[in-house]
Amino acid sequence: MAQYLVKRVLLAIVTIWLVATLTFSLMHLVPGGPFLAEKSPSAATLQALEEKYGLDKPVIVQYKNYIVNLIQGDMGESIKQRGRTVSDLIFTGFKVSARVGGIAILVAVSIGIPLGCIAALNRGKWLDNVIVLISTCGVAVPGFVVGTVLMIIFSVKLNLLPTYGLSSWKHYIMPVMSLAFYPTAYISRLMRSSMLEVMGQDYMRTARSKGLPQWKMLFKHALRNAVLPVITYLGPLLAYTLTGSFVVEKIFTIPGLGNAFISSITGRDYTMIMGTTIFLASLVILMNLIVDIAYKVIDPRIKLK
Amino acid sequence: MSKVLLDMKNVRVSFFTPAGEVKAVNDISFQLKEGDVLGIVGESGSGKSVTAYSIMGLLATGGRVVGGTIDFNGHRINEMTEKELRKIRGNEVSIIFQDPMTSLNPVYTIGNQICEVIIQHTDKTRKEAMERAEELLSLVGINEPKKRLKQYPHELSGGMRQRVMIAIALACEPKLLIADEPTTALDVTIQAQILELMNDLKEKIGMSIIMITHDLGVVASMCQKIVVMYAGKIVEYGSVDDIFYNPQHEYTKGLLRSIPKLDDKEHKKLVPIEGSPVDMLNPPAGCPFAPRCESCMKICLREMPEYTAISDDHYSACWLLQKKEFEGGSGKNE
Amino acid sequence: MEKKNKLSLQLDVSDFLPADESEKQSLVVMRESVSFWRDGVRRFKKNKIAMTSLIVIIFIMFFAFVMPGIYPYSYEQQIRGSENLAPMEYSEKELALIEAGEDVFPHILGTDSLGRDTMVRLMYGSRISLLVGIVASVLVLIIGSLYGTIAGYFGGRVDMIMMRIVDIIYTVPDILIIILLMVTLKYPLQSLAANVPGFAWIDTIGVGLICIFIVFSLLYWVGMARIVRSQILTVKEMEYVTAAKALGSSHPKIIRKHLLPNVMGTLIVTTTLQIPSAMFTESFLSFIGIGVSAPMPSLGSMTALAIDGVYSYPYRLLAPALMISLIIFSFNLLGDGLRDAFDPKLKD
Repeated sequence: MAQYLVKRVLLAIVTIWLVATLTFSLMHLVPGGPFLAEKSPSAATLQALEEKYGLDKPVIVQYKNYIVNLIQGDMGESIKQRGRTVSDLIFTGFKVSARVGGIAILVAVSIGIPLGCIAALNRGKWLDNVIVLISTCGVAVPGFVVGTVLMIIFSVKLNLLPTYGLSSWKHYIMPVMSLAFYPTAYISRLMRSSMLEVMGQDYMRTARSKGLPQWKMLFKHALRNAVLPVITYLGPLLAYTLTGSFVVEKIFTIPGLGNAFISSITGRDYTMIMGTTIFLASLVILMNLIVDIAYKVIDPRIKLK
Repeated sequence: MSKVLLDMKNVRVSFFTPAGEVKAVNDISFQLKEGDVLGIVGESGSGKSVTAYSIMGLLATGGRVVGGTIDFNGHRINEMTEKELRKIRGNEVSIIFQDPMTSLNPVYTIGNQICEVIIQHTDKTRKEAMERAEELLSLVGINEPKKRLKQYPHELSGGMRQRVMIAIALACEPKLLIADEPTTALDVTIQAQILELMNDLKEKIGMSIIMITHDLGVVASMCQKIVVMYAGKIVEYGSVDDIFYNPQHEYTKGLLRSIPKLDDKEHKKLVPIEGSPVDMLNPPAGCPFAPRCESCMKICLREMPEYTAISDDHYSACWLLQKKEFEGGSGKNE
Repeated sequence: MEKKNKLSLQLDVSDFLPADESEKQSLVVMRESVSFWRDGVRRFKKNKIAMTSLIVIIFIMFFAFVMPGIYPYSYEQQIRGSENLAPMEYSEKELALIEAGEDVFPHILGTDSLGRDTMVRLMYGSRISLLVGIVASVLVLIIGSLYGTIAGYFGGRVDMIMMRIVDIIYTVPDILIIILLMVTLKYPLQSLAANVPGFAWIDTIGVGLICIFIVFSLLYWVGMARIVRSQILTVKEMEYVTAAKALGSSHPKIIRKHLLPNVMGTLIVTTTLQIPSAMFTESFLSFIGIGVSAPMPSLGSMTALAIDGVYSYPYRLLAPALMISLIIFSFNLLGDGLRDAFDPKLKD
């Protein structure tokens, strides 16, 4: 177990380092520096600016400085938003995004799992058909479509919900729904098929032959095995939520990290792009690691080597 | 004469599939007395497992007892509700499955899975159940039972897992144990150990056993009575001696020819039964074994033969026996 | 057991004559044996949902690739005076033309704020989606299956190193890298198209599209490589392959006769299911404004544009949103149908 952990953490660190290097080199490959877009600064100002951000030094030195600072947790200062550090900006944005995303993940899991189970237990009956139909539609609709359609219905037509910001619980409804729609449908499909598979297993027959009541067979024997694929999906789910947050934060004008990332890209805010990419990548990599360990706790067969 | 524990009368079990009705078990009758061991022999798909599952109401979805009666220890099994059946399963009747590798839930410990059935059917507390589980593990010959209780199925070998399955089956001291090919998935040396264990435990607990197998060796060593099944029907029924030394049905004879004999000094060749089993979706009108039978007659293809009694406890359904009777009958002018 | 000694039937001596072989054989019903492919096609044809989605996809392809050629408007054509028309509405100018007896083709879905016909833009948007989906999936299929086959077939150290690389690419959140690459590749590609002769074709296809193809082939093949590798590994250890080897089959023959047919089903299914996922990503990128470059429409960018006018023209959202959902929906169902028909592991 310890050996496995060390190995996984090492692999994670290597991956993060690769992402950092890739981001750094891509950013320095782009022709046209970060200050080009500004109203033609004088040569002197430009030089002063480049000096301030260390852009005048050779690339290899810049790279070294960048990595060293990164290890110390310092990602520099934003180029566009003067006077604010990247870490500060990320932290502010992340607090907002994490709240919306976290609620969405919770909603997706707590609706998707029961829905899938209900469908599997009623296999072939109308309830199953309805759930399968809804979830098949659900995985075909991109998040931005859900978001915009919700917006038309609840804001434009019915005028019930606010369209931008996050100042009350009402503001959360549409962003969370648009973020959770796809994963809910996906999880219920996943849960249904894995539940069906588990119900056909020999150990379920054994459980039945012991004379166990229905609920015990379902909750004790079936669920714990059937939920395993859903746990492996949690890693990709987090990645999806990140992507989704880019869209949802754009539609509903939420001051989150997704919005900050997109605007830093369009504004070519070097330090911010690098910082955000590395932060988000590390987050996803870390979550995947946690999910793998959680998997081990639930399924004793998985040997962590 | 001991009491009849299980009485199957004209039982028919069908599976309703999209392709049509499959008559997996077609009009079978037999009795099992207390303390007896009954062997059900037949090849894959002959309906032996389905027969056993119907006794516990364990048929898979789509399967139903469509006719006849199953009486077990005063219960009419085929008329019981699921809830009533639950009180019997694992308590009065229990079952051991063929594949111990997949029959235990991989995510729970051995102890947990043994205790479960004890707690379900008795008033024992978790602690008492654990003690009983430990006792059961040593009973089925597992060393270091305390340690094993905390282990997961994947940490045990196939033979060990089958012992655990037996422990689960015996936890509530059932009146009847159904063993569905309990040794098929195991190594030969382990097979012998498991059979010996079952024989021992049968004496200790005093239960009846239904042994489902396609291995005639297993049957010879354990059973008093044998049911030979083919394509959902009983083709021959009799005591071990009847079946082994005086087989009447061509299928039984074929089965016996296809197993090696240790005491055979002439080194006779083994004779396989040619052909393959019938399509259960479209069973033939006559004897299902007819297409593979060496002594097949015209009538065999048209009509299903009735049972003929050879002795009090030995029956077979074969036109050859009828033929003998027909000829003998006309000769004796009866 | 009931004893029945008396014969209930009227029997004849002739009934007890031995039956001949042909009589016995007439009772043995053999099921017709069919090849894997024929069986799969047969099962696929029986699947109504999958067949319907296939027809829908063919219909959409016609709509996206053939219709624009015979449609009177083009996607970048800005019709002065016809801005912001509702579906089937004519502008004053056009009404005047109709008065004058000229034929004016109606704007079936109206026009946008620049006076561009929405219907034709929807066709082009669907064309982009389909193109991205299909080309990207084929690229993924080629790269992924080559990589996976090499890793799986050679095994050992080669396999280990190759799969470590896959692991690393797998853990990197792809969407972040895609966005980064999209942004950074745009300028070099543009200058390549403008300055280097022989690269002008980049402009005809569009820098945005090329970028999407590049990043997809760089990142999305890992899933395919994993699937192919594990398939090859399982098949390799199957006993029939060992048997084929023992019987002296040559390598190419083993690959052709045993490995390919088994892996083929999975490849087809995975590729089909890759198409909607690529479309998802493209529409997402275009929606956040870094996908296909204007004026080329994409279903994602059309939706994004429509959001700005959501209060005045909410209907504009519907066409692109429904279209992208319909396309992805059909491909998902087609993929499911193919999986049911061709994936041998799911075969009963």
